[in-house]
Amino acid sequence: MTRYAAIRLVEIAAVLALMSLAIYALIGLMPGDPIDLMRSADPRMTAADAARLKALYGLDRPLLLRYAGWATAALGGDLGYSRLFAEPVAAALLPRLVNSLVLMGSSFVLAFALALGLGVAAARRPGSRLDRAVNLFAFAGVSLPTFWLALILILVFAAGLGWLPAGGVGAGFAGRLVHLVLPVATLTLASVGGYTRYVRAAMREALAQDHIRTARAKGASEARVVWRHALGSALVPVATVLALSFGGLVSGALVTETMFAYPGMGKLIFDAVMGNDYNLALAGLLLATAVTLFGNFAADLAYAWLDPRVSYS
Amino acid sequence: MKGPLVLLALIAAAALAGPFLGDPSAVDLADRLAGPSLAHPLGTDELGRDMLLRLLEGGRISLAIGVAAAAAAAAIGTAVGLVSGYLGGWVDRILMRLVDAVIALPLLPLLIVLAALDLTKLGVPPRLAHADGIGLVRIVCLAVLIGWTTAARLVRGATLIARNRDFVRAARSLGAGVPHILVRHILPNVLAPLVVATSLSVADVILLESVLSFLGLGIQPPLASWGSMLSNAQETISAAPLLAVYPGAMIFLTVIACNLLGDALQRRFERRRV
Repeated sequence: MTRYAAIRLVEIAAVLALMSLAIYALIGLMPGDPIDLMRSADPRMTAADAARLKALYGLDRPLLLRYAGWATAALGGDLGYSRLFAEPVAAALLPRLVNSLVLMGSSFVLAFALALGLGVAAARRPGSRLDRAVNLFAFAGVSLPTFWLALILILVFAAGLGWLPAGGVGAGFAGRLVHLVLPVATLTLASVGGYTRYVRAAMREALAQDHIRTARAKGASEARVVWRHALGSALVPVATVLALSFGGLVSGALVTETMFAYPGMGKLIFDAVMGNDYNLALAGLLLATAVTLFGNFAADLAYAWLDPRVSYS
Repeated sequence: MKGPLVLLALIAAAALAGPFLGDPSAVDLADRLAGPSLAHPLGTDELGRDMLLRLLEGGRISLAIGVAAAAAAAAIGTAVGLVSGYLGGWVDRILMRLVDAVIALPLLPLLIVLAALDLTKLGVPPRLAHADGIGLVRIVCLAVLIGWTTAARLVRGATLIARNRDFVRAARSLGAGVPHILVRHILPNVLAPLVVATSLSVADVILLESVLSFLGLGIQPPLASWGSMLSNAQETISAAPLLAVYPGAMIFLTVIACNLLGDALQRRFERRRV
C-alpha cells in the first residue's frame, strides 16, 4: 500500500511537471505579450527600450531556458507577480483555492448524498414509476448547461424573488453561507445527475448477486440487505467512476464561480487567461490540475479501502 | 427511442429550414428587445434581430459542430483503439496512459487556454486566422482533442476480446493481413457500442461549444450560437429575461434528446445480445 502510494505520488509529480511545460509553452501563444502591454501603457517607450526590456526579462531567450528559469524559481516557492491583482501569485492564489475547495467540497458531499438516496431507491424497484422519474431527473441533470442553470437561478431567486444574493461572498459566517447557497445548488445540480446514474447502475448489479439472496435467506432485514450488503459492493464501482469525476467538478466550478462572481480558483483562472496575467494563469492551471490529480488519488485509496479484494502491494 | 429521435429530427429540420424563413442577421434598431409579435414570434434581441431566426441559426451551428466533432472523434478513437488493442505491448500502454490522463484532467480550464490561443503565433496566416468561420473549426478541433478517448477505450476493449476469437484466428491462419482483420472482422463487432458512444458524444460537444461560446471563446459574431446568445442576453436580462430562457432551453432539449437517444440505442443493442 505504501509502495503503491509512493509510486502514485511520483506519477502525479511527473504529470504535473509535464503539464507545467505544456502550459508554459501554450501561455506564450496567447494573444499579446507583456512588452506590448507596457508599450501600449507608455506611449513614450521606443523600440530600443522594448528590446532592452525584453533582454532584461529574458524574453529573448529560447523557450526551454525561460521555462527552466521559471521552474527553478517556482520550486523555490517564487511563482512570480500577478499583474491583475498587483500582489505575489501565491498570495492571490491561496485564499481563492480555499474558497473553491469549500464550494466543491460541499457540492460534492451534497450531490453524492442525493445520488445515493435517489440511485438506491430507483435500483430497488427497477422499471417502477419512481425509477423512471429518477432516470429522467438524472438525464436532465447531465444535459443542463451549468451556466444556464446559474443564470436561471439568479433570475428567479436573486432578481425575481430577491431571496438570495446574486453573487460575491458575504462577510461573517452567516453572510458567507447565504452567498454560498446558489453556487452550491448550481454545482450540486450539475453533478448529481451523473452520480445518480452510476449509483443506480451499480446498485442494480449488486442487488442481483447471490450473496444478497443469501443475506435475505438468513433473515437479514431489508434495510440491512440494501444499505449494508448491496451498497457495500456497489460502492466499489462507484468509487472508480467518482475518481474520474473530479476534473468535471473543477470544470463545473469554473463556470459556477464565473457566473456568481465567486472569488475561487476557476474564476481566477478565467480572469487571468482573459486578462493576460501569465504568471497567475500558469500557477492557477497547475494548481487546478494538482487538485484534480490528488482527488483521483484519494478516490483510488478509498477504492482499495472499500474492496477487500483490491490490494496495491 | 421514438421520443428523442422525433425531437432531434424536429430541431434539425427547423434549423435547416431557417435560411428559407428570413435573414437572422437583419438588424432593426427601431424594434429592439420587442416582445412576441406576428412578425417576430419570439420577439427580438438587443439589436432588433429576430429571435426565432437567430435560434435556428444557432441550432444549425451547434448541430453541425456536434455531428462533425463526434464523427471525427469516433474515427480517430476507433483507429487508436484498434491499433492499441491489436498490437498490445508498449504501444498499448502508452496510448492508454494518454487516454487516462486526458480523462482525469480538469478539461475546461485547459480548453480556455487553447481556445484563447493566438493562431498567428502558431504560424497560421493572419487572413486565415481571423476568418469568420475559424471559430467553428477551432471548436471542432478542441472537441475532438478531448473526445477521442471514449471511442478509443471502447474499441480497444472490444478488440482485446475479438482478437482471440476463433473467427479472427481462422482469418489470420488463412493469411489475412492485419488491416484486413481489423477492418473486416473486428470493426463490425464494435459498431453497436460505437454508435451509442457517438450519440452521447454529440451531446457533450454541444454542451462544450455552448459554454465556450458563452465565455466568449467559441463562435464569434456575426455567427449566432446558443451560447453566445445567452451571454448577450445576460446584459439585457432585466429588460428582456425571456431572451435568456430560449437559447438555454434549446441547448437543454437538444442535449437531452441526444443523451436519451444514446441510452435507448444502448438498451436496444443489449436486448438483442441477450
